[in-house]
Formats: sequence, structure tokens, C-alpha cells
Amino acid sequence: MYSAGIDMGSRTVKVVFVEELKVDGAPQLKWGVKGKHIMFPEDLDADQAADKAFDEALQAAGLTRDQVKRVVATGAGRKQVKFASEDVTEVSAGAKGAVFMCPAARTVIDVGAEEGRGIKADGDGKVVDFAGNEKCAAGAGAFAESMSRALQLSLKDFGEASLRSDKTIPMNAQCTVFAESEVVSLIHSSTPKEDIAKAVLDAVASRVTAMARRVGIEGDVALIGGMVHNVGFVQSLKTALGVDQVLLPEMPEYVPALGAALIAAEGK
Amino acid sequence: MIANYGYKDGSGEYYISIDTDKCIGCAAERACLAACPNEMFEIITDDYDDEVAAIKQSFRRSLAFDCAECKPAAGYASLPCMTACTPGAVKHSW
Amino acid sequence: MADTAGEKKEYWRWQESCWIDESKDWRAAKIVTAGIDVGSVSSQAVVCVDGELYGFNSMRTGNNSPDSARNAIQGVLDKSGMKLEDIKYVVGTGYGRVNVPFAHKAITEIACHARGANYMGGNAVRTILDMGGQDCKAIHCDEKGKVTNFLMNDKCAAGTGRGMEVISDLMQIPIAELGQRSFDVDEEPNAVSSVCVVFAKSEALGLLKAGYTKNKVIAAYCQAMAERVVSLLERIGVEKEFFITGGIAKNPGVVKRIEKILGIQAVQTKIDSQIAGALGAALFGYTLMQKQGASAKAA
Repeated sequence: MYSAGIDMGSRTVKVVFVEELKVDGAPQLKWGVKGKHIMFPEDLDADQAADKAFDEALQAAGLTRDQVKRVVATGAGRKQVKFASEDVTEVSAGAKGAVFMCPAARTVIDVGAEEGRGIKADGDGKVVDFAGNEKCAAGAGAFAESMSRALQLSLKDFGEASLRSDKTIPMNAQCTVFAESEVVSLIHSSTPKEDIAKAVLDAVASRVTAMARRVGIEGDVALIGGMVHNVGFVQSLKTALGVDQVLLPEMPEYVPALGAALIAAEGK
Repeated sequence: MIANYGYKDGSGEYYISIDTDKCIGCAAERACLAACPNEMFEIITDDYDDEVAAIKQSFRRSLAFDCAECKPAAGYASLPCMTACTPGAVKHSW
Repeated sequence: MADTAGEKKEYWRWQESCWIDESKDWRAAKIVTAGIDVGSVSSQAVVCVDGELYGFNSMRTGNNSPDSARNAIQGVLDKSGMKLEDIKYVVGTGYGRVNVPFAHKAITEIACHARGANYMGGNAVRTILDMGGQDCKAIHCDEKGKVTNFLMNDKCAAGTGRGMEVISDLMQIPIAELGQRSFDVDEEPNAVSSVCVVFAKSEALGLLKAGYTKNKVIAAYCQAMAERVVSLLERIGVEKEFFITGGIAKNPGVVKRIEKILGIQAVQTKIDSQIAGALGAALFGYTLMQKQGASAKAA
């Protein structure tokens, strides 16, 4: 039997299937990932997009709708998924998926384009507490995206550039819009791009760390969300948290969809 | 005068307000200065020549983060700055 | 009185104006004082004679505060034949207030705006909203123009002049036209729901895609701006009379919507609303001179 999680974001729809495993001698291995799929809905309505993404995902995994026992939706558009039997927040889904991928993690830091948050989870991936700075781009990936545009660097180059800097320049502006002008004036004053990149990523890391401290940092720390791919950010985050390592799960983009699929599989 | 230091952004409203009328001639011997673990308070001479406590400029735009440690997500019963200020001049909006 | 109505086609940021009251003779005055407000976007100098508005100059802030301050006051000096030495006391205010080289004292823009609004809008003014290029202030004051409650938001671009610039850029419509255009809609839309300017931008693009006209998107944005400003005002308590200063006063798209939500009309004035801070600073200078005079006599 299979279960599915569908993550309805504003730009992408992601589907993950999990299957029940029965591994003798390893009772903790209850589920395994059967398949994953991503679709860009472009101009589709949310409910059409959900249907299409799900059909595509089934086909890619070689499954039929009947084989899927339960579907749980998450993401900003989770209420639009008509065929889901339940929906869960990104916080619950993210924590569930992250702890599955990184079993030692009890603190999950989620930095996506639109929000940054710290989550405390238990061994089952259940949320104990969380604190976020939502609806403000300053504590999220959008801050870094916007600054990388001002520096005319891709997000990837931006992160790599930051690793080459050992300077600590504090950013005065907290707001993304004001910070753009600050970055422009730093460029004009011939500040090296790598130093600016580091200043920006340090700023996001310190904001996210403050949120994580509100829930109390325990156990290993796992990072999920789009910023996983930004090596500079990962480094800044380690420094801000004062830890030697931050766990990065496999297939980071799919963590919330995976979490939703696991919640579906465990279905109460 | 009620001086509100802080801001409102998409994520919420974060102000520390100081009632300067209760702050002038402090009865708590400026206990706020030492109480805040981030040392966010300072004594200034305001525009009306009164010596009062204020939040340092460098913290006014980032209170949500600067006060994070005194405000665990699990809840809290009291805040060091508010407890130290026995005249009751200090208040948090969040 | 200064009437800038004839120039309102220009966006306020670019509008530079200089005016002196020809009916007054500064040479006959006992005390000449000046206030210099060096803002992030524009700078103003105001000269007062015996505590009455005599002249002002408003211009864009240059690369550095000292030069902006000098240029601002020079406009009034040139027009009146006054020399800097003729001004007995200069108070600096605004974001660059500590960098006004010829100022005797720096006073925050909060106190100066309250004082200026008390002069411009009368002593019944209790609530003042100032929206500048990069900040927004909500002030409550008493009948003497003394601040009783205030907040200043310079952390977040939403609800500042910058927030309007962003939408003007996005829509590619001159900022001075935004207000008027926001009323040219088939029906008043709901406010843009995101507070954060970054997210509001994507939301605005989404609305265009969904078939909104540019004007309607602007209306939704102005409404959001108004709601945001009102929420700041509510924190300090809104009481009559209500006075608006700064660039925002020149955007009817936001002002009318604020008035509608509050159910209060803002006090009208013919004096350029942008000089409130500098005017308040000059008036503070006058009070300080009077006090000094009084204590000198006593000694």
C-alpha cells in the first residue's frame, strides 16, 4: 500500500509517494520513498494543477490512484487539493520529513523564499514548538534572492562568493527594500562582492537563529527549504548557531511533501 | 510622554514603550540598564531635557530578534526589563 | 502664505521650492532663528522671525548632510539678503541632524514635527502623521505641541514613501499621478493583503495577471498603505485635530483613504506640509533664545 503527500506551493507542486516496508531486524524502517515528482503549474488553477501533478506523479512512479491509500496536502495552497483526505501545515510536514531524513535532528530550521522559522521536533518528527518571522521578506530567502540580484550574481554564485570572505560587515537595514539601497551603496564604495554576499547571508542566518533560540536548540540541527543549496548560507548559519555541523537532508525540496506522505501513511 | 521604540512589519508589531513620566527621577536606580541581557537600554537626555531611558538606536529595527531569547516560544511569565522597572515604565507590545 | 498648489503636477521628491514672506522685514526682527531638516530624500530650511514663519527652502538631499544643509539655507539667504550670521540660533533635525555644521543644537524630528504641526495646523492638533521618504511617524501631542506619545517606523519600507516609489516603478507610472489614478476605477478593490513590500509587489503583479487595470492595482495598494498607516496611528491613539505632514500629504490616493477609515478629515493648510520638521526646529530655536534672553536679564 502507498501513501502520498502533495505540497502545493505558489510556484511548484510536489508529490511524494511512500510505501510500507517490512524490514526484518530493523523495525524503525517502516516506510521508504517510492517516488517523487515536481510540476510547475504556470497558469493552471490550483485544483487543476493538483490533479495534473498527481496524475503525472502516479505515472512516473508506475502507480494507479487505487493503490494510494491516503493523500495529505501541505503548502500554501493545501486547502485547494480536493482529493486529499487531510491537510497539514508546512511546519508539521517539514518537521516530519526532516526528522525522517535526519533522525538525530530535534531542531529543524526551515528557510524558504517567503519565510524562515525554527522548529523543535520530537523523535517522531512531531512539532513541539516553532517560531517564525513570516510575512516579512527580511527573515527569509527572498532577502538573499533580492540582494543577489542587486549584486548581479546567481543565488548559487552568491553563496559561493560569500565563502571567500572572512570579513564581518553588519547590515544596518533590516528591510529587504531598504537593504537593496544599502547593498548598492556598498557596491559604489567598492566593497568586494564576496564581503557583501557574506554580510547578507550572515544577516539572514542571525535572524533565523534568533527564531530557533526561541524554541530552544536541542539535538542536531537540520536545515530544510530552498536555502539548503546555498553553501554560503549554511556556513553563516553554522557560525550564528555556534555548531560544527548542520544536517542537510537528501532531496531537500521534497521534505514537506515527504512529511505529508508520512503523515498520510501513519494516518490516524 | 510614551516613547514607542520598535516597528511594525509584515510579521507583526514589536514595540518597547517607555512611559517617560514614570522614568524621570527613576525610583529603581536605572535597573533596566543591567537587567537586559542584551544591554539594549541607555539613558538619554530627551528633546525636553529630561533624563530618561531609551532603547539604543541599533536595536530599534530588530526587536523581534533581539528580544527572542527572553521570549521562548513555549511562553514566559515575566521579562527581565519589565520586572526590573519597578515604576512600571517599560512595556512590550508583543 | 506659501501656496504650492500650482506646482502639484510634479512629484514631491523632485519639487524644489523656495519662498519668503515679502510682507515681513527680517531686519526689524529681534530674534531670527532657523531650522534645518535633513531628511533621507529631501532637506528643508526654515527661517523664523520672532517666532513667525518668514521663509523656507525645500530641496533634494545631496550626497552628504553638511552640503545639503548649507544648500538648503542658502536658498533663503539669497532670496532675503540675509547672512548666516544674522541668524541667531540654528536647530538641526531629521535623519542628518547631527551633521548640520552651523547648528547650535540637534533635536529629534519627532519633537520638531509636533511643534511645527502645532504652528501650521493650530494648537488643537493632537494627532500627527508624517510619512517621509524612508520612515513613518505617528505622534500625539498636547496643546503646546509637546509630544505625549510617539512611534517612528524606519525599519520596514511598507507605509513609507519608498513603498509608493516601488509601486510607481512597477506600474511605470509617475508617482505624482498615483493618487489621482487610484480613484479612476470601476469599483474600489480590496487592499493588497501583503504588508511586506516585497510580497506586495508579487501580489500586485498577480492582480494585473488576473485582469485588474493598473489603476485598480494602484487603488488596492493605496488602500493597503492607508490601512497600514492607520494601524500605526491607532497604536498612539487618534484624537482630533488630525494633521498630516511629509510627502504623503501630497498623495490624495492615500490621504482620502486614511480619512475614510478614521472618519476624520485632516486639517488643511496652505503651507507646504514638508516643512513641518524644519519649522518646528526653528520655533524650538526661538524658544531657546527667549529663555537665554530671560536668564541673561535675570543675571
